[in-house]
Amino acid sequence: MEQFFQQLTNGLAVGGIYALIALGYTMVYGVLKLINFAHGDLFTIGAYLGLTLLTSLALTDHVGGFLGVAILAVMVMGLVGIIGILLERIAYRPLRQSPRLSAVVSALGASIFFQNAIMLTYGAKFYVYPQDLLPVMPVNIFGLSIPLMRIIILAASVLMMIALYLFVQKTRIGTAIRAAAIDQGAARLMGIDVNFVIMIVFFIGPALGGAAGLMVGVYYGQINFTMGWIYGLKAFTAAILGGIGNIPGAMLGGLLLGVVEALGAAYISIAWKDAIAFFVLILILIIRPTGLLGERVAEKI
Amino acid sequence: MKNRTWLAYVVFFAVLASAPLLLGRYWVDVLNNVGLYLILALSLNVILGYAGMFHMGHAAFYAVGAYTTAIINTHYGVPVLWVLPVSGLAAALFALVVARPIIHLRGDYLLIVTIGMVEIVRIALINNVFGLTGGANGIFGISRPEIFGFRLTQPVHFFYLIWSFAALTVLLFSLLENSRFGRAFKYLKEDEIAAEGSGIHTARYKLAAFVLGAGWAGMCGTIFAAQMTIISPESFNFLESVRLFMIVILGGAGNIPGVILGSFLVMGLPELFRDFADARLLIFGLALMVMMIVRPQGLLPPRPRKHNLDSIRELS
Repeated sequence: MEQFFQQLTNGLAVGGIYALIALGYTMVYGVLKLINFAHGDLFTIGAYLGLTLLTSLALTDHVGGFLGVAILAVMVMGLVGIIGILLERIAYRPLRQSPRLSAVVSALGASIFFQNAIMLTYGAKFYVYPQDLLPVMPVNIFGLSIPLMRIIILAASVLMMIALYLFVQKTRIGTAIRAAAIDQGAARLMGIDVNFVIMIVFFIGPALGGAAGLMVGVYYGQINFTMGWIYGLKAFTAAILGGIGNIPGAMLGGLLLGVVEALGAAYISIAWKDAIAFFVLILILIIRPTGLLGERVAEKI
Repeated sequence: MKNRTWLAYVVFFAVLASAPLLLGRYWVDVLNNVGLYLILALSLNVILGYAGMFHMGHAAFYAVGAYTTAIINTHYGVPVLWVLPVSGLAAALFALVVARPIIHLRGDYLLIVTIGMVEIVRIALINNVFGLTGGANGIFGISRPEIFGFRLTQPVHFFYLIWSFAALTVLLFSLLENSRFGRAFKYLKEDEIAAEGSGIHTARYKLAAFVLGAGWAGMCGTIFAAQMTIISPESFNFLESVRLFMIVILGGAGNIPGVILGSFLVMGLPELFRDFADARLLIFGLALMVMMIVRPQGLLPPRPRKHNLDSIRELS
């Protein structure tokens, strides 16, 4: 039972990270109907930028661990968000009127480009995050000792998800995003600047992805330039699992996938850990392509 | 079919056949690689170009073929080239099983699922599935192929094996393009509803394309295993699938001369710029983005089929 709850909390923490990345996929898909393959690499960029800023600014020495990491997270989110906006301008906007699959291929090109740009800038080795950023102490909850880091990761991701949900549901811009997702043409006729909405989406999605990258660095302690690929695929699976285009769906899918993966690795086989997400992906697309809460993706032939 | 194209193929393969006389060992090896990828890309072209299915897990079928060859050869001592049809069948059967439930998925979802499939296959190979695949180290000691008692050992020998197979592939797939099968796909691409109305069973044709392409890639796996004598899961990672995908998309999906051009550009050209070897993929990524914006149909897209009006008049 002890092991079960340990794996459960671990799964929830990792699931929170998946959910943050999944939100980027799902928001872009909601507005543009495009799978942004480069999203996983924006997440990697977040992890690397976090490390660079951490070592060069030494913020945590001046203002302490928690505040330092929080400020760092905001900076990383801003920077990755700007890269996201540039990506949309350069690689996706010229293809807005083209067949959807051209945009997908362009996204794939962007992904390959980013991955190799990171490799050429930083080198092909693993980088290690400083381990003394946040105090390492177990917290006792109902007789279970759970690492503090796990709780912080989960709390931070849930907090960001709630903030996003409120933003999309309660603000004017959020309403515009929802309108553009339903019908771009109609939204434009209602006086919504769809290009601005897309820009906002391409800021928020990558910003959350960048924050997730920083979290992975802090949580696992090491990063490398190809990690965006596997995290991206898993987060995409989470988005599909919840129902792509659906924001609460991405959160649910992310947490669920994290838990399934952690429990699968513990009780089935650790060697097959990475394959579990792909089995889930294939199964969900075959059995229930709409995901748990989402729209239809299969066509009848 | 246009006689000019056939003539171009004959000249192309004749020039190529004399290439080893002028080139050193290294460049022959490069050409072997180009040839192997050309065959694989042509098989992917059936799925991606003709049937228009965004399939990015082609390395999985290639791996099934290579591992079938390696296992049968090292366990039972069957000569490698005899296993060629078995590898093809194994890959085709595998494709039949995995493709049936997924071919109805919309383009970009199919892409994701095929990526998932190739990753599962790679993880399965690393985990030494059924105790046959040798884990992360792979299988070594695959015997060299023999043709009528002649053992192929040098790159030059493999050059002629690979490029003969490539020429055969070009010939067969050109005929396929103009057959009932190929015409059905052209129709499906023009207007799926009208095609279905004329009795073309979309799902069945798409499945057939998948199985055919996979089977051909499986046979290619045999040649790869025979050439390398050692195979490991890392030879079939996702990047190989991406390379094949790029060859077809950049060259011109659905057009054989385009795929030939693509395989020389993607596999051959980087060898000329080995100083920039690290930046190779960076440039490919950039090229994919630029191509989609400037020329999404690829460098040499298929030309619309022409019909001779006189022959139709005679009929009526």
